[in-house]
Amino acid sequence: MLSIAQELADKIVAHARADHPDEACGVIAGRNGVPERFIPMENAERSPTFYRFDSREQFRVWREMDDRDETPVVIYHSHTATEAYPSRTDIAYASEPDTHYVLVSTREEGEMEFRSFRILDGVVTEEEVEFLP
Amino acid sequence: MAIEVRIPTILRNYTDGAKAVNAEGATLDELITNLETNHPGIKNRLVDEAGGLRRFVNVYLNDEDVRFLGGLGTPVSDGDTVTVLPAVAGG
Repeated sequence: MLSIAQELADKIVAHARADHPDEACGVIAGRNGVPERFIPMENAERSPTFYRFDSREQFRVWREMDDRDETPVVIYHSHTATEAYPSRTDIAYASEPDTHYVLVSTREEGEMEFRSFRILDGVVTEEEVEFLP
Repeated sequence: MAIEVRIPTILRNYTDGAKAVNAEGATLDELITNLETNHPGIKNRLVDEAGGLRRFVNVYLNDEDVRFLGGLGTPVSDGDTVTVLPAVAGG
């Protein structure tokens, strides 16, 4: 299960809305599996169907997390025309076994899908999301 | 000559769980070949069939992406740190 502060979830949603129709992506860093620090990342692909962290920005962010004893507790991205479920490429490139992969969909203007998954060796497992006040 | 290579979680099954290992070589290519000697199988995760860096693997020399340096031909030397990070990407 992913337990996440409502405020952090709102930031993911706001980022996804702001970058629509391109996909938005980012990280929530934290310690002991608790998501704490919101880090919006640039989508180097600037694409409505694909995302990729900028490699230099990723290096800086990963080193900063290392220095602070943090891990990427959540890696999020948006789908802008399809449901919030991992695509084939999402599954193929998922490489963090301990990370919650959060997907949001901005395809409907009025409603937001917010879902979380574990992706391990090509197997997708959806998990419950608990929003903390 | 020893160069520290920092290994991401997903490749630590090749390094008995070690977060960093030492390797030798004058170029990144030689370094990866040396890495393969001690950690068989790891090269295939970094280099594709055509002999180039895999598209969804980022390799950094100190704090620069080697794609902005000389790719696999980039010279490396004692005291350098090479960091491997899987690209974070999807559709």
